[in-house]
Amino acid sequence: MWEHLQIELYKVFKRPRTYLSFAAITALIGVIQLGLLVDGKEYADFVMADFANSFSVDGKILNGYFICYVILQLLLVHVPLLIALIAADMISGEANMGTLRILLTKPQSRTAIVMAKFIASVIYTLLLLIWIAIMGLFLSMLIFGTDDLFLMKSSYVVIVKESDVFWRYAGAFCFAALAMVTVAALGFFLSFFAENSIGPIVATMSVIIVCTILSTMNIPLFNLIKPYLFTTHMITWKEFFDFKVNDANEAIIGSIQYPDKIIRSATVLAVHIVLFVGSAVWLFRKKDILS
Amino acid sequence: MLLYKSMQQIVKVSQLTKQFNSLTAVNQLSFSVESGDVYGFLGQNGAGKSTTIRMLLTLITPTSGDISIFGYDLNKHRKEILQQIGAVIEKPDVYKYLSAYENLKLFAKLSGVKPSNKMLMDQLEMVGLASRAHDTVKTFSQGMKQRLGIGIALVHNPQLIILDEPTNGLDPQGIADIRNLILILSREMKKTVIVSSHLLNEIEQIATRILIIDKGQKLVEGSSAELFNDQQTILQISVANNGTAIQTIQSSIWANNLLPERDGQIMVGLNKEDIPNFNRMLAASGVDIYSLQARHSLEDYFLQVTAGKQHVGTFTN
Repeated sequence: MWEHLQIELYKVFKRPRTYLSFAAITALIGVIQLGLLVDGKEYADFVMADFANSFSVDGKILNGYFICYVILQLLLVHVPLLIALIAADMISGEANMGTLRILLTKPQSRTAIVMAKFIASVIYTLLLLIWIAIMGLFLSMLIFGTDDLFLMKSSYVVIVKESDVFWRYAGAFCFAALAMVTVAALGFFLSFFAENSIGPIVATMSVIIVCTILSTMNIPLFNLIKPYLFTTHMITWKEFFDFKVNDANEAIIGSIQYPDKIIRSATVLAVHIVLFVGSAVWLFRKKDILS
Repeated sequence: MLLYKSMQQIVKVSQLTKQFNSLTAVNQLSFSVESGDVYGFLGQNGAGKSTTIRMLLTLITPTSGDISIFGYDLNKHRKEILQQIGAVIEKPDVYKYLSAYENLKLFAKLSGVKPSNKMLMDQLEMVGLASRAHDTVKTFSQGMKQRLGIGIALVHNPQLIILDEPTNGLDPQGIADIRNLILILSREMKKTVIVSSHLLNEIEQIATRILIIDKGQKLVEGSSAELFNDQQTILQISVANNGTAIQTIQSSIWANNLLPERDGQIMVGLNKEDIPNFNRMLAASGVDIYSLQARHSLEDYFLQVTAGKQHVGTFTN
């Protein structure tokens, strides 16, 4: 199993396509950072327009923590496509190349082959998120410095103390990793139904888009299924930035306002992963290889 | 490592059937391959050859029937059995973005071998790719890919080698190379080889035993010597008027021996001792005979059994 995983990782990281995702992330984050570095003050004024008459702000709103939050909000919508490029290609790509049949004539169990492939796509997903963290958080901290994190919600403002921010990002990235692994599991599952990569990649994105629309539309019919859609729970990473307040309305350092919401979302995502991967293993063990 | 239960009978297939919805691709097929055989597996397109081979390699699950290899049930000892099998299935598709060396190393590891550099280079040398070892496969010709596929099939030194259409897409030199390689594997390295091919003359030159199937069913199985015995002859007859000659044959006792015409010539399957009487009958009926030629090639035999399908059975020693 370990050797097979090494082989799968070797194949993933020998393909030029793998590095396109890292290059795309670098370019996107670079563009956002450049824009905010050059015209950040105007952006901050725009964001603060509704609050300008209510209170004044000392310190740097446009600090590394704030930039990272902006980047995460923008990027986590697009990252699923980059993950689908690899995960949805894991089986269908092998079937398309004709290597699947050679692979399965080797003395390896089909379950071990599927699990090695899935774990390889999980490792790729995690490395992509680590790269986002390096570029989006650490590089932004380096360029823009650090200060309190100032977040504008729909009807209120959240100010997270500088000393209380970093662990929240660690939690948010861990949760985002779980959400993206769910996407990888979906792409991986769909890759069993095609003998070319395009179909499963498009299907993965289509499922995510449709489910996201259902998750965001406030219609009673859809509200019934929302709690069961994985897309509803993919944005729960934001909960790490809401904290409890004491009677004096002061932030309680190290607290999360709705930790049960995070646990519930993580559970739903984990169940989806188990269902997608379990189904993939079950199907693959029975599949006739005709490619 | 698998200890062979049966050294003599390497493969034993019993009543093997595979159905895809309403299509029966393989139907109650039974055959056996013995140690040291070069076993030619023949059939027309869609006869069920590839489906059978894929079942031997566990790529397809049989609907019913049993397969035992090296004396062990394939279902129960899949991993151990596959460690002793090397296979090339139709096109030798490998990872095009990797080099020949990397492909070989990767598949050697998957076969349970810890390959040394020398071992890999020796293997590439054997299939004539040592000088291109570190070039990516996307720069290779079809013949080179085929040779690499065979190198991958042999890298773990298997006892049984299964080659499904190994000469597909090869030029005459490539076909000859594959033929010679199979002979070396069989005669010098004492491997058992199952080979399916459309190129009957190639099979004829290398196979020690032959199985012909059609529509998933066995038509005939036996050694080359048994199949081409002197009693079974196909006559290729050139006459002045085919219509008259065919009418004459159809009204004779040899009506059922008439085979489909080939290259405008009449083909008839006959026992050797019937040929003089058959000749006299044609001449007596006023048919002008230009030539009457006995054919003994595998192609003739194949066309005879796949057209008539009257010889269902097994030749036994």
